[in-house]
Amino acid sequence: MKKVYARPAYCMNCHLCEVNCIVAHSRSRDLFRAYKRENLRGTARVIVEERLPLSVAVQCRHCDDPRCVAGCISGAMVKDPETGIVYCQEDKCVGCWTCVAGCPYGAIRPGEKNGRPVPLKCDLCREADEPACVAGCPNRALVFEERRAGA
Amino acid sequence: MPTLSLMPPEFRVARDDNKCIKCLACVRQCGFDAQQYDAEDDRLYAIDANCVNCQRCVSICPAGALTIYKNPPPMRPNAHWTEGHLRNIVKQAETGGVLLTGMGNDQPFPTYFDRLLLNASQVTNPSIDPLREPMELRTYLGSRVEPVTLEECRDKTRTPLVPIETPIMFSAMSYGSISHEAFASLARAAKAFGTLFNTGEGGLPEDLYEYADHAVVQVASGRFGVHAGYLNAGRVIEIKIGQGAKPGIGGHLPGEKITAPVAETRMIPEGTDALSPAPHHDIYSIEDLKQLIFTLKEATRYQKPVSVKISAVHNVAAIASGIARAGADIIAIDGFRGGTGAAPTMIRDHVGIPIELAIAAVDQRLREEGIRNRVSLVAAGGFRSSADVVKAIALGADAVYIATAALIALGCHLCQKCYTGKCSWGIATQDPYRSRRLNPEIGAERLYNLLRGWSHEIKEMLGGMGINSIESLRGNRLHLRGVGLNEVELKLLGVKHAGEAM
Ligand code: SF4
Ligand code: SF4
Ligand code: SF4
Ligand code: SF4
Repeated sequence: MKKVYARPAYCMNCHLCEVNCIVAHSRSRDLFRAYKRENLRGTARVIVEERLPLSVAVQCRHCDDPRCVAGCISGAMVKDPETGIVYCQEDKCVGCWTCVAGCPYGAIRPGEKNGRPVPLKCDLCREADEPACVAGCPNRALVFEERRAGA
Repeated sequence: MPTLSLMPPEFRVARDDNKCIKCLACVRQCGFDAQQYDAEDDRLYAIDANCVNCQRCVSICPAGALTIYKNPPPMRPNAHWTEGHLRNIVKQAETGGVLLTGMGNDQPFPTYFDRLLLNASQVTNPSIDPLREPMELRTYLGSRVEPVTLEECRDKTRTPLVPIETPIMFSAMSYGSISHEAFASLARAAKAFGTLFNTGEGGLPEDLYEYADHAVVQVASGRFGVHAGYLNAGRVIEIKIGQGAKPGIGGHLPGEKITAPVAETRMIPEGTDALSPAPHHDIYSIEDLKQLIFTLKEATRYQKPVSVKISAVHNVAAIASGIARAGADIIAIDGFRGGTGAAPTMIRDHVGIPIELAIAAVDQRLREEGIRNRVSLVAAGGFRSSADVVKAIALGADAVYIATAALIALGCHLCQKCYTGKCSWGIATQDPYRSRRLNPEIGAERLYNLLRGWSHEIKEMLGGMGINSIESLRGNRLHLRGVGLNEVELKLLGVKHAGEAM
């Protein structure tokens, strides 16, 4: 399946992927409303890890055998059998954070939306052609592509 | 530093808090620590005195929340004691040092390109539509001595001509003064477009030898990175005598910029200052220059044309004549608007002459002496558009070098702080945190686009004049007319005033 891959040589630590991720997962899909009305600051599902001068954007690897899905007690976390995308059906999540603890990549963070628990995790912008972080990266440090298994 | 600075900040950073989403991109990207974040109060603020107006934060801010303002002059307006003079005096009163700066002369001297206008044909000779009819921008660099005798035809010491697909090359910028990313962008774009880039005096990094066939490899007074492999790999060899931004001055790349890969490329110890002496210590006459030219030709079995680059100075025509007679195949002349990574401000702003006058004078002199065909003439120093290029060629150049325009295409905003090594745009820096923001893939595309756009415009202008090849424009000053120029200027440029007929 197509996944997001980082090209750390070109990541410039601007964190705009996080901003674009937040806007893409907002109700309004508008930068100002997302931050100023929906209060979504800090809810990015991609996180830029810094060990300066290096930085790299990290997000869910959409594993073949996802531990988050296996561990989920409510059946909210699923892997789409067709696309392979691992995502959370947010209305079913009970906030036990087993997925957070289970992910070997630390790619899920506990979050909250309108007073309800939401695991903050990448869903590859399921409805879009290209994930927002990839589309908006100003330095092409992220690519969305098919690579052979194990890559 | 004194406790009290007499100078208020030059710029003011204004943030629209209604728009700012506190993403901190500005803080992470400001190369000069002007943008600050106080995590305890979750507050963004700016240290205005640090801001150099490089516009990186403005460009990166996703909310469009930033504007940089020029502060009002720190004194009542005075046409004689300008703000620039005042700031310089105060800076020197505080530091006692030589003023340093980057990029080219920014003073309001006349730009002759802006006082020259191009011709176009009307009824009598039809114009050409470059989209429908062939139009040749390829030009050949090198010596065009016509062989007359059989011996001359067999002469093994005739260097080949080098074709370039557009009369625009990238001027010398060394790896060290600019980042590997910027250098690689130039190399890739030159190869993709079929033109040449120039290694400056810093050698060619090992991993970029695949682009060597599109490199002008420089040999400068410091001889950094010069070895037989380097000379033989390049397409053209260039002896750098002078540079338009700092005629008569050598170079000084501070030790901080001599990182391990730069040191390896330059073949000097890591962390040592790279000093290029003002003169070549083996060149004190045209005869000495001739020796070096032929040493280089011998070393490359006469397969590489040798260029000699000089600054445009008062006696440029006579010097160029000497260079042509010394056996150079190309003469590159760098005008007083030419850029640099670091130069003393006074030198940059007050030494040298405009490139327009220099090309005209050199072309004229070489023609009069009947040796114009022995060399190609490359003009450099402040070319801002394709129209400048066309005018330079009509004045007598074969091709031009661009550097500042290329850097602007890569993101440079002419803040003139190249010498600090802190470039926010990842260009004039060796700091990996900064240089990584210039992805050479994107850089090369932008440079390619620039060449493509300019080349297309040149074709349009040529077509308008009814000319279908760039070589037919060379030195064709009848296609130029001056506006607002006095008689001496018109005579020196060899052009008529607008309104005068053929
Ligand atoms: S937007 Fe791109 S360059 Fe910026 S932090 Fe994210 S991955 Fe890195
Ligand atoms: S969240 Fe973690 S465990 Fe789940 S699919 Fe993604 S990477 Fe695998
Ligand atoms: S990024 Fe440049 S323009 Fe912005 S505050 Fe820093 S120095 Fe000033
Ligand atoms: S980059 Fe713009 S939006 Fe982000 S913190 Fe700076 S001013 Fe605010």
